[in-house]
Order: sequence, then structure tokens, then C-alpha cells
Amino acid sequence: MDRRAFLTRSLALGCSLAASPLVTPVALAQGPWDARLVVIVLRGGLDGLDVIRPIGDTDLARLRPRLMETAGLGLNDAWALHPGLSGLRALWDAGQFGALHATSSPYRGPRSHFDAQDVLEAGTFPAGETRSGWLNRMLGIVPGMTAETAYSVGHEQMKILSGTNPYLQWSPRSELDLSPQSRRLLDLILHDDPIFRDAALRAVDIADTLFTEATADAEEAGADGEMGMMMAPAPTRGHAGVAAFAAQRLRAETRIASFSLHGWDTHSRQDIQLNSALENLTETILTLRDGLGPVWEQTAVLCMTEFGRTAHENGTLGTDHGTGGAMLFAGGALRGGQVLGRWPGLAEADLFDRRDLMPTSDVRAAAGRVMQDLFGLSRSDIEDTIFPGLDMADAPRLAV
Amino acid sequence: MTIPFDPTLAAFRFGVGLGPSAPGPASVQAMIASLSGPDHAADRYPIAGMNETDPSMAEFRFAAAARRAARGTPEEEELRQKEGAFRQAMNVTRRNDHLRTIARAVTTDDGLRERLTLFWADHFAVRAKTFAFRSMITPYVTDAIRPHVVGRFPDMVLAATLHPVMLHYLDQWVSTGPNSTVGQRRGFGLNENLARELLELHLFGADGPFTQRDVTELAELLTGVTYDFRQGFAYRTDRAEPGAEVVMGRRYSAEADLQTVKSALIDLATRPEVAEHIASKLVVHFVSDLPEPALVATLAGVFRETGGDLLAVTEAMLSHPAAWTPRRSKVRRPDLFVMASLRALGVDGDGILNMRPADYRDWMLRPLQVMGQPYQAPSGPDGWPEDAESWITPQGLAGRINWAMGAPRVMLDPLPDPRDFVQTALGPDAPAEVTFAASSAETRSEGIGLVLTSPAFQRI
Repeated sequence: MDRRAFLTRSLALGCSLAASPLVTPVALAQGPWDARLVVIVLRGGLDGLDVIRPIGDTDLARLRPRLMETAGLGLNDAWALHPGLSGLRALWDAGQFGALHATSSPYRGPRSHFDAQDVLEAGTFPAGETRSGWLNRMLGIVPGMTAETAYSVGHEQMKILSGTNPYLQWSPRSELDLSPQSRRLLDLILHDDPIFRDAALRAVDIADTLFTEATADAEEAGADGEMGMMMAPAPTRGHAGVAAFAAQRLRAETRIASFSLHGWDTHSRQDIQLNSALENLTETILTLRDGLGPVWEQTAVLCMTEFGRTAHENGTLGTDHGTGGAMLFAGGALRGGQVLGRWPGLAEADLFDRRDLMPTSDVRAAAGRVMQDLFGLSRSDIEDTIFPGLDMADAPRLAV
Repeated sequence: MTIPFDPTLAAFRFGVGLGPSAPGPASVQAMIASLSGPDHAADRYPIAGMNETDPSMAEFRFAAAARRAARGTPEEEELRQKEGAFRQAMNVTRRNDHLRTIARAVTTDDGLRERLTLFWADHFAVRAKTFAFRSMITPYVTDAIRPHVVGRFPDMVLAATLHPVMLHYLDQWVSTGPNSTVGQRRGFGLNENLARELLELHLFGADGPFTQRDVTELAELLTGVTYDFRQGFAYRTDRAEPGAEVVMGRRYSAEADLQTVKSALIDLATRPEVAEHIASKLVVHFVSDLPEPALVATLAGVFRETGGDLLAVTEAMLSHPAAWTPRRSKVRRPDLFVMASLRALGVDGDGILNMRPADYRDWMLRPLQVMGQPYQAPSGPDGWPEDAESWITPQGLAGRINWAMGAPRVMLDPLPDPRDFVQTALGPDAPAEVTFAASSAETRSEGIGLVLTSPAFQRI
């Protein structure tokens, strides 16, 4: 490509549309592996006990009389899904959505969101032992990584990906809406400064692929003619926009993507709050699946949170910061349709600090095992570099 | 060889940039004279310290506690609204403090003071871990940083280390001597976070001459130092670890009292090994990521000879030819980019202070986040990155371009003619391609945006 004209290249989009890799349904580019890993950080503290309900445990109704008033979606005698997950029930039944229960990060501090998220994302306890995130350290292990390999999506800082190994960050909000003349002039003023030129090149490229895709979708919809047949355009806003963008990059060269979902800190009216947060999660996962198309079969989505919540419901129909909870997972590369993990029980003496679900596994072990199985990383790399100090001996196998 | 003084370079590298009524400083002597004089910007746009900040942390904490205590009672709703009003008031305080900080930088004749304040606040980086502290970050800078940027380094170490915001951020407030009264009675123990960052980040650098043993000893020495949200800083003898501590080969008095802690901090901050670390950080921040060893050595020498006199160290930097290399390898951080842009546009203080809340959100808070610098939220105690590559990322640059094209017309009406603006913003040696771009843009907004986006504007 002629670098001199990089920013104005898209002026010729009309005739080069067919050549764009993004119009082709799947573009499997060169990468260290074909498998995809998406890590969603559920910020605020997901209440695992309400989302994946241990209805087989007789203590549940005693601890949570009011929260359990709304019936869940029964999976078997032992477990029920929160009703807010009804949109993912089919995925569960298809073995593409599951949970690991009674798990947590190694954080055992005074239940601070901030500190617990630091530990979850650093992958070490205490978090200050390293100044990088565990996904970033993973990038350093495998040769052949490029910045495009890993994406942090959304405007939020994702410490999980931060560190010295290159990765890209993009928020669907940072669209570049420039007039053709401005593009030409930007080209002129940035051209001689390599850092600025290269960053602009990539920024324009990302913005254009988003634009191209939207145009292609619209044209396809137009070709079908009938209003009622119109394909819904890929979402561009909010959580679904983030998921759609992540899927779009993962279909190309990207192998790892990470972003956040909020709304899990349900101190009061958990019945309402959790329901809407779970609907967002549902839409996010389904948008990923739809956007990934055939690549979904090679994809693992891990939804991790900084801590679980108290076993007892509180006085305002909510729950407070706790310890053990659930990790949710999805994707064609994982064995869903099951609740993994050793159940510690909910009797008073079985609780952590006599108040929280007792973690019986380290959530890092499950994530480490997924990377071992999907990416072929060695156990020692995981235990020494990605999650220093972790023992993976009893790690559950999630991969197909 | 003497290099002729370049006011444009001085304004870019050691100030907030040029503006319609700010042609750049006249000389190094003039810059040092301003810095030695009164803090006019702070007088013009005052920002309260923590104890004077309204609402106070205590008011908010009491309101939150009252609401929690009333859970499930008929009073709960009213108390919830009261707490909500405090939260809102604290958000307003935080916004006003931010806008005043920007107004200072945009209108000042003493830009170096603003730059030094940004630098030192980042050296002692903090972050609010709970809502109650969100409106206390700028007051922390007022209390602990700004008064000392032309004072003595050990005084700044003392003020920052013992400030409630730092004590909360680095967990010192929960650290308890295991053999203290409270430690014995309740089984509490040490938290080494503050001790570690003090040695590693604030004083000696990660490769400094200290060991894990020194970290633990210093953590024991610091026990008793805490804060109480009613009265702020507090020293609790019943949490202090008894016995003497040895930190980096020096033994500090066995007396568990605040004076021991203070004199130990002063002593540590005065050790000769601190000089290299501070000198190197200053040069990396202001001049180059690959600092010229002679420049660092000169600064370190002055730092040692003067016992950390920061005015003398700053003057030594400005007086050294290596600080004036014409090669601009640094890039303005997003907060400085925004300040310098508003200064170049000639936006006045009232225009900044009267920003509508929605504009503040859309054209300050969100863009800073997209540019990679969420307001007052560095990812760790090591502060913001220094290298240009960390900032000029695809997303970061897109954020700058979007801001440059969109924000000026929100902040100023009418916009200046882009052809004049090139000279105002970049000085007499504006690159030809930027001058051409400014005159060829289709609209004023785009012309202004192109000038602000140019590396000639962003590099310092």
C-alpha cells in the first residue's frame, strides 16, 4: 500500500468493497492459533448464588427467603438458572453455556471492589506484585504475537490486558468522522512523524472497517427489498456495540478480546437490578455468537467477577460484598450445559467467615486450564508467568 | 557554546504552551523569578485543601451510615435522599476543582508551576478507592503537592505520605503492628503497601538499594499512622508496633510515636541515593525518555548538595544546555493537551469555569478517557506512562483528533481564523505543511482541529 496516501485510501471504498476482508464472512488470518478467548470482567461483584441457584441445597431458602420468591429456570434437582438468563437457556441446553461454582480469585481482603478487581486482573495476590495484567503476560509467552492479536474493547481501562506486550484498545464510541478533505490534510500533517502516522493509519483502518461493515449490512438489507426482511444492523452502542465490535475483530486477526460489563453491585432491589444486568449479559453473549458465526465453535468466553456476595440476603432485598461466587462461561470450544466445581454447602459452619460462599477453587486455575487446552500453553508457563504461585493440579477442564 | 533562548520551546517543554496573550517566557531567569514569587494562579482560582473541602468527608460518611442504619425503616427513603444530595454536591465540588485546575493552566503566566504540580502529583500518584475520596484528590494536591514544588523534597515526602488520601489509597490506614495492643487484641497485622511504594516509587526506584526486609521494617515503623474520617490524619499508639526498626542500615528510635515516624521519613528522603531517582524522573518527564546522563548527573548533584531544594534543582535543569535539545521526543499527556489547546485558543477563565455540566462530561471527562487518561484514575501508584507510544495509540490519537475537531467550537465562539491560529499555537516556526493544512481546511473547526492534531502542537 502506498503509505503516502493512507488516510485517503478509503475514498475509493466504493470500488474496493469486494476486496475488503470484512465483506467476506470469515477471514481467518495468520495467528498463533485459531482458538479465540474472550474475557468479560463483570464489575461490581456477581451474585453467583442467585445466578446459578443451588436449589438442591436446603439452606438456600433459609438464607434467602425473599430473593428466592421468583422461580428460577430449573436445570435439574440441584441447580436452577436465574430467570434473567432465559435468553441463554437454549445455549445451556446445547452445551455452549455453563458455570463453575464456588470459585473466586485469591483476593481475601476487606471486600473492596477496587482491590479485588486489581487482583482479578493482575492474576496475582497481592496485586502489586506485578504491574501487568495476566492476559498481557500471556501474550509475552507466545512468539508471533502482533498488536492486533489482543484487543481491549470499550473506553474503559482493562488492567487485565495492560503491560509491556503490545495490544490494541478501541471503543466503538471513538468513531472518526472526518471529511475527505480533512483526511487528506491529516495525512499531510502526520505523515512525517512515524508514531502519529502509524496510529492514525490503524485508527482510520478500524473506523473504516466498521463503516464498511455497516454499509455492507445496509446494502444487503436493501437488496432483500422487503422492509420486514431487513437484517438488523450490527449494534454500535452500549454493551451490544462492544460485543459486536469484538466479534468483528475476532473474526479477523484478533485472538483475544477483553471488556467489562457493569451493574452487578446489587445491594438493594436485587430482583430488578440483577435481572437487567443479566439481560445485558445475555445480549452480549448472543451478539458475540451471532457476530462470530462459524468462529463461535472455536471460541471460549469467560465471565469473571471480582468477588461473590453474602450468602444471606440483606434488609433491602439485596446482598453485600462476599467471597465465593460463580464464573460463567460460553462458546463452542467449551463444554457447557453443566455446573462445575465442588459444592461446599451453605450451612453456617460451611461459609467463609460465617457469611460468604466458601470458595473451593481458584478461578485462575480454570482460566489457566482453558489456555492450556485451547492454546497449548505449558502448565509451567501458566503457573510461573501468567499466574505466579498458582497450583493447577485440580483445575477443572472446561474445553471440549 | 550558548544556545539562544527559544521562548516557544520554553513554553512547550516547560510550560502549558503559547496563547494569544502568552507569547512564551522571556528567559530562564524570568521563569525562575515567577516560580520564586507568589502563586498567582492559585490566588486567582483557589482550590481548598481536604479539611476545608465542602461537603466534608465526615458529613458524607455520617449520612451514609445513617441511611444504612435505617434499612427497612420508614426513614430510609428520606435518608437515602439526603445521602444522594451529598453525593451530588461532592460531584459538583470535584468538577469545580477540575475546572479551576484547568483555568489556572490556561490563564497563567507561570506555566512551569502548573507543569511541576502535574509532575509531582503524578510522582505521588493516588486514586480514590471509595466514593468518599473522589472529591478529595484535588484537595490532596492542594495540601501535599503544590506548596512544595518549589520547596524541599523531604517536606513533600512528609506531606504526601501522611495525607489521608495516600493513607487510604495505599492501605496504611488498616496496617497494624501485630504486637501492638490492637494487633494482639484483634489479630490484625501489617500491610506493606505504603512502605513498598515509598521505597520503590517515591524515593529510590525499583532497582534501589533496599530489600524486602527493609520494606517490612519500614511497614512496622509506619504502624500507628492512620486516618479518622472525622478528624483526618491520626496517630494511634495502640496500633504501633513496639521495638526499634532498622531500615536500610539505619536504626530508628524504639519510641513508638509520630515524631519517630516523621524523622525517619525525613531521613530516608534525604539519603543520597534518592537524588539519582528524582533527577532521572524529572528529566524523563520534561526532556526525553532516554535522558542525557550529564543532565541527570547535574540535577542529582544539586539535589544532594541542597538537601532536595526543588527550586534549585528545577533551576539547574533549565540552566543546562541538554534540557534545550531541539529534538522534541515527548508528547503532551491528554490533560496537558487539553489545557494547552484551550490556552492556544485564548479561552478565558470564566469560559472554563462556566462550562455546562453536559459539556464537561462530553468534552472533558469522556474524551480524556478515550485518550487513555481517565480523570484522576491512573492504573497504579506508578502514575501515568511517560513514553509517546503509550499515548499515541490508534484509540488515543482518534480521541485527540475528535476532541480537536469538536471541542473548540463548544468552548469558544467565534473561533479564530485558522491561518492566524497556526502562529498563535505554534509560534513563528510553524511547519509549512501545518500552515498549508490550516489554510486549506473546509471549515474553521477543521482548520483549528488540524493545527491541534499536528505533531508540531502535540510534541514538546
